[in-house]
Amino acid sequence: MALNYTKKTLNHFLKPQNIGEIKNPDGFAQIGNMVCGDQLDFFLKVEKGKIKDVKFLSFGCASNIATASVLTEKVKGLTIDQAKKYNWQKIVDDLGGLPHQKIHCSVMAVQGLKKALADYEKKQGQKGAAPVKALKNLKKNSSPKSSQVTKSTKLTKSHKTIKKNK
Amino acid sequence: MKIYLDNAATTRLDPRILAKMKPYLTDQYGNPSSIHLLGQAAFSALRQAKEMVAKVLNGQPDNVIFTSGATEANNFIIRGVAEANRHKGNKIIVSAIEHPCVLESAKALARDGFQVEFLPVNSQGLIEAASLRKVIDRETILVSVMAVNNEIGTIQDISALAKIAHEFGAYFHTDAVQAIPYLKLDVKKLGVDFLTLSAHKFYGPKGVGLAYINRQVKIKPLIIGGGQEDGFRSGTYNLPGIMGLALALELAYRERTAYLKKITGLRDYFWKEVKKNIPEVKLNGSLTKRVPANLNLMFSYIEGEAILMDLSARGIYVSTGSACSATDLRASYVLKAIGLDKNFLNSNIRFSLGRFNTKIEIDYTVKCLVQTVKRLRSFSPIKMK
Repeated sequence: MALNYTKKTLNHFLKPQNIGEIKNPDGFAQIGNMVCGDQLDFFLKVEKGKIKDVKFLSFGCASNIATASVLTEKVKGLTIDQAKKYNWQKIVDDLGGLPHQKIHCSVMAVQGLKKALADYEKKQGQKGAAPVKALKNLKKNSSPKSSQVTKSTKLTKSHKTIKKNK
Repeated sequence: MKIYLDNAATTRLDPRILAKMKPYLTDQYGNPSSIHLLGQAAFSALRQAKEMVAKVLNGQPDNVIFTSGATEANNFIIRGVAEANRHKGNKIIVSAIEHPCVLESAKALARDGFQVEFLPVNSQGLIEAASLRKVIDRETILVSVMAVNNEIGTIQDISALAKIAHEFGAYFHTDAVQAIPYLKLDVKKLGVDFLTLSAHKFYGPKGVGLAYINRQVKIKPLIIGGGQEDGFRSGTYNLPGIMGLALALELAYRERTAYLKKITGLRDYFWKEVKKNIPEVKLNGSLTKRVPANLNLMFSYIEGEAILMDLSARGIYVSTGSACSATDLRASYVLKAIGLDKNFLNSNIRFSLGRFNTKIEIDYTVKCLVQTVKRLRSFSPIKMK
């Protein structure tokens, strides 16, 4: 099977939105690494509980770049709580679908954003807000997240089976 | 502009070959196994194809067994020789950088109880005679080492390795799919018992390849049925494909000198321009023991598939590793085997030049490549030193 990216995915890859860095970000996270073949760095600027600005850097494939691009586009302007609810399936839908082997990119983008949000909340906590609650929320959110990862793994597996049956 | 620099994945059918194949698809459609005149005409064309192949390989026409491609031929040889010669021993040796069709055939034998050894390669991508000597013994049935690697284009010393195999009474196979026309494939001089080719790698049609066999060695057929190819490979002869293969092979060697000069010139120019215009680029594998068509390059700090897709959007077609590995996400086992820094295992592109490439195309490619690498590096989280 070939990797058939949608036109929208290719557009986001070729002209990624919100690419770059934010100096002195309110929240920062790095996810993935070079050895695995993809890495994303997220930078957040938060104002009055809303994501004022979000940017990212990417070492990764076309869908790594495209998924982060579409994600940042969608969460900009959302409240922290709204942004936390954003899941990988929405990214896949926004892009008009992703090849099965690339679903993990959307999962990783969401994980990266959540990590950056947690970093923001942690920093807020250190400034005197409610850190414990924020971290708990992250943990709560991470359980459906891990089931999503499993789901994508299953997708890949079933795809492999289909390939073999051919 | 559309620029095809993925000739190691497949080549464009040469229009001259297509023209010569056409009659076998239209007027001369007979089955070489039929006894009537149309069938007999087809049979003599088949014989002619075998003679043409045998002449290039300096072998016997009867030893040429046509298959559906190299994957089938490699499966047939590796599994067929192992299974038919179990009385000789239990060991099979293949290099760690073989094509998946050889590796998977070897792994299937391992599951069936054979002892399979994988020969390591050095950092240049070369198999050292000493590493074969280390694992070979009198129990070894078959040694299989590819003549030219598909990902990094490195050339192995086949005759030296075959000699060692024969010292121990083992048979020797080489997958020579990527070797046309870079190496002179004289089966006697190389001292190989078995050799594999695939037509679409040298401007012939897809769906046809061959196994050159040693008839003195027992081999179990992979495909059984009507008993074509003396029972070595059943199935109606794909005569248009077979003629295409034989003609393409003959043409490749007839034009070899000019072709090598052209490809080497283009490759050297390409590599020189890339080095001049892009910082932090490295060549993977030996430059000297390498076919001139292949440049496997590492672009630090950025990811290979992103480079590929960016170039593709500019009309330039290349690959990361090999085309068959493009859809699974594992890093190249060939680059792992040559000991590449694991941080950069995902930062490599294979450019493979071919008959139809021009200097203008190379100039355009370099221009685009500079932009591609610059763009991707501009937002990489890994900063250049």
